[in-house]
Amino acid sequence: MAEPFLIGETMTGGYGGADILHGCTLAVERGEIAVIVGPNGAGKSTAMKAVFGMLKLRAGRVRFDGEDITALSPQDRVVRGMGFVPQTQNIFTSMSVEENLEMGAFIRRDDFRDTMAQVYDLFPILKEKRNQPAGELSGGQRQQVAVGRALMTRPKVLMLDEPTAGVSPIVMDELFDRIIEIARSGISILMVEQNARQALEIADKGYVLVQGANRFTDTGKALMADPEVRRSFLGG
Amino acid sequence: MSARLRPVLLFGAVALLYLATAYVYGWNLTLAIVNMGLIGAIMALGVNMQWGYAGLFNIGIMGFVALGGLAAVLISIPPVPEAWAAGGMGVVLGLLIGAATIAGAVLLWKKLPPGKLRGLIIVIFLVAGFWLYGKIFSPAVSAVEAVNPAGTGFLGGLGLPVLFAWPAGGLLAAGAAWIIGKTALGLRSDYLAIATLGISEIIIAILKNEDWLNRGVKNVIGIPRPWPVPYEVQLQQDQGFLAWAADWGASAATASSIIVKLSYAGLFLMVLLILITLVELSWRSPWGRMMRAIRDNEVSAAAMGKDVTRRHLQIFVLGSAVVGVAGAMMTTLDGQLTPGSYQPLRFTFLIWVMVIVGGSGNNWGSLLGGMLIWWLWIMVEPMGLWLMQLITSGMAEGYWLKKHLIESAAHMRMLTMGVILLLVLRFSPRGLLPEK
Amino acid sequence: MDILNAIVALLNFVVIPGAAYGAQLALGALGVTLVYGILRFSNFAHGDTMAFGTAATILVTWGLTALGITFGPLPTALLALPFGIAATIALLLGTDRLVYRFYRRVKAAPVIFVMVSMGIMFVMNGLNRFIIGVGDINFVDGERFLITARGFREATGLAEPLALRMTQVITLVTAAIAVALLFWFLNRTRTGKSMRAFSDNEDLALLSGINPDHVVRVTWMIVAALATTAGVLYGLDKSFKAFTYFQLLLPIFASAVVGGLGNPLGAIAGGFVIAFSEVTVTYAWKKVATYVLPESLAPEGLMQLMGTDYKFAVSFAILVVVLLIKPTGIFKGKSV
Repeated sequence: MAEPFLIGETMTGGYGGADILHGCTLAVERGEIAVIVGPNGAGKSTAMKAVFGMLKLRAGRVRFDGEDITALSPQDRVVRGMGFVPQTQNIFTSMSVEENLEMGAFIRRDDFRDTMAQVYDLFPILKEKRNQPAGELSGGQRQQVAVGRALMTRPKVLMLDEPTAGVSPIVMDELFDRIIEIARSGISILMVEQNARQALEIADKGYVLVQGANRFTDTGKALMADPEVRRSFLGG
Repeated sequence: MSARLRPVLLFGAVALLYLATAYVYGWNLTLAIVNMGLIGAIMALGVNMQWGYAGLFNIGIMGFVALGGLAAVLISIPPVPEAWAAGGMGVVLGLLIGAATIAGAVLLWKKLPPGKLRGLIIVIFLVAGFWLYGKIFSPAVSAVEAVNPAGTGFLGGLGLPVLFAWPAGGLLAAGAAWIIGKTALGLRSDYLAIATLGISEIIIAILKNEDWLNRGVKNVIGIPRPWPVPYEVQLQQDQGFLAWAADWGASAATASSIIVKLSYAGLFLMVLLILITLVELSWRSPWGRMMRAIRDNEVSAAAMGKDVTRRHLQIFVLGSAVVGVAGAMMTTLDGQLTPGSYQPLRFTFLIWVMVIVGGSGNNWGSLLGGMLIWWLWIMVEPMGLWLMQLITSGMAEGYWLKKHLIESAAHMRMLTMGVILLLVLRFSPRGLLPEK
Repeated sequence: MDILNAIVALLNFVVIPGAAYGAQLALGALGVTLVYGILRFSNFAHGDTMAFGTAATILVTWGLTALGITFGPLPTALLALPFGIAATIALLLGTDRLVYRFYRRVKAAPVIFVMVSMGIMFVMNGLNRFIIGVGDINFVDGERFLITARGFREATGLAEPLALRMTQVITLVTAAIAVALLFWFLNRTRTGKSMRAFSDNEDLALLSGINPDHVVRVTWMIVAALATTAGVLYGLDKSFKAFTYFQLLLPIFASAVVGGLGNPLGAIAGGFVIAFSEVTVTYAWKKVATYVLPESLAPEGLMQLMGTDYKFAVSFAILVVVLLIKPTGIFKGKSV
C-alpha cells in the first residue's frame, strides 16, 4: 500500500512535562475525510497540534506528500499546503468577514480573488455579511469564517479542531455538509469531533484515541458497526 | 559563590565603597550619603513588599514620600493660633463638606437604581455640594493665608515631637494607598501603575498650591529635630564635647556635624531593622504563606477561595505606609518641607532601581540596593565630570562640544541609572541578593 | 450682542485651545494605544519618546534657520519634522532590537514590559537632557496669528477679542492629516490589516503567516511618527520642556484608557474628552457668565472650578471614574 498523503507516525510527546501522546498514528488520504474521536482528555486536540507542528515531538515523525516535515514550523506547514482551524479564537473578531479571508491569504502574493469567490460560493451567508465585523456573527457563521479563512491558502489538507463545538444540531449538519463538499473538491480533511456518531458517518477513516494512543482504527462505517466501539464511545 | 557568602561579600563591598568615599571626601559627606541611603533603603523595602511579594507595580512612590513629609509638618510644627482664629474652622468645615459630598455621591450611586435619573441626581448633588464647599472653604483659606504670609500664612501643625510624625506619615500614605488600591487593584497590572502615577502628581500639586496647609512652595522650614539628635550649636558650646573633639584632632564644626549625622544614622538604622524584622516575621506567618501562594499562582489561589484583590489591597497599603514613614523621616532629616524639590525621577524611579538591583523579594536586598544605588546616584556626577574632562582633554579650550559635554556631565546619572536598571533586568533579573 | 460676545469668549478660551490640546493628546494617545494593542504593554517611555522626537526636530530646525531656510509663514519646525521622525524611528527600532525583542522572545509578563519601559524612560530622559538640556525652549517662527485679537475686534465691532494662533490651526490640520493617514494605513493596506489582525488575535495571526517581527517594526515606526508629531505640535503651541512631556503621560494614558486601550478610534475620542474636561474645569467662567446672565445674577468669584495647577487632577478623576465604572473604556478596549 502506498504511503498516505499526510501521516503522523508513532507520535510521542507533550507540553514540557509528562507525555500526552504515546506512539499515536494518524493519517489521511488525498480527498478523504479522517475523523479523530475519543473520550475527553484522550489527547485528540494534542494529536492534531502535533501533526501541525505546534507541539515538539520526542519520537515519531510527520510526513506530508512524501516529504518529512517533522522539523517544520506551523507557518512553514501552511506554506506547504496545510490549513488549520483552531477550536477557539479562530477568527479575528474585530475585523470584517472579508478582512478575515484576506488575512487567511496573507502568505499568498498572487491574486486570490478566485479563491475568495469559491469560499463565498461555499458559504453564501459570508458574502452577504462580508463587511460586518466577524465578532458580530452567530456561532455557526463564525465557524464558517474560520473554515473560510483556512481555505484561503488553497490548502491540500485542512485540519479542523472540533468545528461544531457549541453550535446547534441544524447548523452542525449544515457544517458537515460543507465539509463533505470541501473534501469532494480534492482537499483532505483531518478533524477532531465531539459528536462522534455524526462525524464517523461522514468519515472515510476513523481513529478512536484513548490516553494518547490508538485504540481502534478503521473505516468510519466499520467503526460504527463495531459493537465495542458503539458501547464504549458512541453511547450504545 | 555560596548563598551564605554572597550577602557578606556584597555588603562588605558596599561598606568598602563608603570607606573609600570617607577616605577621599571625609566622614561628613560620607555620613550624609549613608543617611539618605538608609532612607532610600526603607522606601525600597516598602516598594519591595508590593512588588516582590505581590507583583504590584507602584510608580507613585514620590506621592507617598511627600505625604510622609506633610505629616512631619502637621505633627511637629506648632499651631498658628491667629490663623486658626481667622479661618481654621471654615477650612475644616469646608473640607468636611467636600468629603461628605464625594461620599454622598458614592452612596447615591450605590443606592439609586441605574438610569439617566441617577446620573442627573448625582450631578446636581455634586454641583450643589461643591458650591457649598467653595462658599465656605475659599474665604476661610484666604483668611488663613492672609495671616502673616511672609512668616506663617498657614494653620501650622500640632506641635508634637517629630518622632510621632513617622507613624503618622505611614498612616497618611496608607490612606492614600487604600483609595488608589480600591480603584485600580483587580484590574490589569498597568492600571495600578497609571493610577499611582496620577495620584503622586496630584499630591505634589496639592503640596505646592495649598498654602494654608503647608505654605506651598514657600516651604516650611525649622522642623524640630527628633529626640535624641542634638543641634550642632549646642554641641559646640559644650566644654566636654569641645575637649573630646580636640582629643580626636577634629574641628568643633566637623565633629559636631558628624555626631548629629551619626545620631540620625542610628535612629534610621533602628527603624530599618525593626521594619525588616517585622516584614520577615510576617512573611513566615500563615499570612505570609498565603501571600506567597497567591503570588506564585493567582489563578489557583483564587480558585481555592482566596480573595486575591483584598490581599493585594492589604499589601499595597502596608508597603505604601512604609514608604510614607520613610518620607517623614526624610523631611525630618532635612528639617524642612520643600514641595518644589519632589521629582518623580529621584523619588520614584531611583527607588525602583534600588529594588530591582538589590533583589526583588529580598528585604536585605532592599538595604543593599538602597545603599549602593544612592551612593552611585551621588557619585556618578563627579565621576561623569571626570570622564568628560578626560574625553575632552584633547579638545581646544572654548570649543562648543567640550563646553556642551562638560555641562552635560550632570545629566549622566539619569542615563547611568536607566542603563543599570535595564542591564540588571536583562541579565540578572533576580538582582544582587535573590529571593531565598 | 452679549450672546455673541459670550460665544466668542467661549471660542477663544475654551473651544479653540481645547481642540488644539485635544488633537495633541489624541496623537499621543494613539501612540500609546498602538503599542498596547500590538506589543501588549503600557509604554511609560512614551512621554520621553515625544520629548526626544521634539528635541531632534528642534535641533534640525535650528540647523535649517542657521542655513537661512525657513517655511514662509509656517514654522520651520514643520520642515524639520520628517528628520525628527526619522531620528525617533531609529531610536525606537534600536531600543526594540536591544531591549524589547529579548522580552518578546522569552514571553515575559506584561508587568515586566512596563518595568522595562520605565528603564527606557530613564535612559531617554538622560539622553534628552544630554542633547538639549532641561530648559524651556521656544522654537516657533513664521506668522504668529491667523486672526489677531485686535483685527477681530475691529472687523466685528464686538467687545470680546478672538485670536486664532497659527500653531492652533497647524495642530488641527496636521493632526487631521496624521489620523487620516493612519486609518487609511490600518484599514486599507495589507501591512496595516496585518497589524490589526495581530492586535486582535496573535496566535491566529501567526498561523496565517503574519511575520510578528515585521508587524512590531512597522508599529514602532508609526509610533515614532505619531509621538514626534504630537510632541512638535505641543511644543509649537506651548513650548518645549522635557519634563512637561514626561508629565503629559498622565493625560495621555487617561485619554487612551477612557477611549479603551488598544482602540485607535477610542484614543482620539479620549484625547478630546480629556482635553475639553481639563479646559472647562480650569477655565474661569466669570466672563462668559457676565455676558449671558442678567446683571442681578452676576457672579462674584471667578467661577473657576479648579485652579490650572490641578489640571492633572481632572485627567486623574476621569481615569478613576472610568476604571470604576467601565474599565474597558467608552469604546471597547482590549482587556481589563
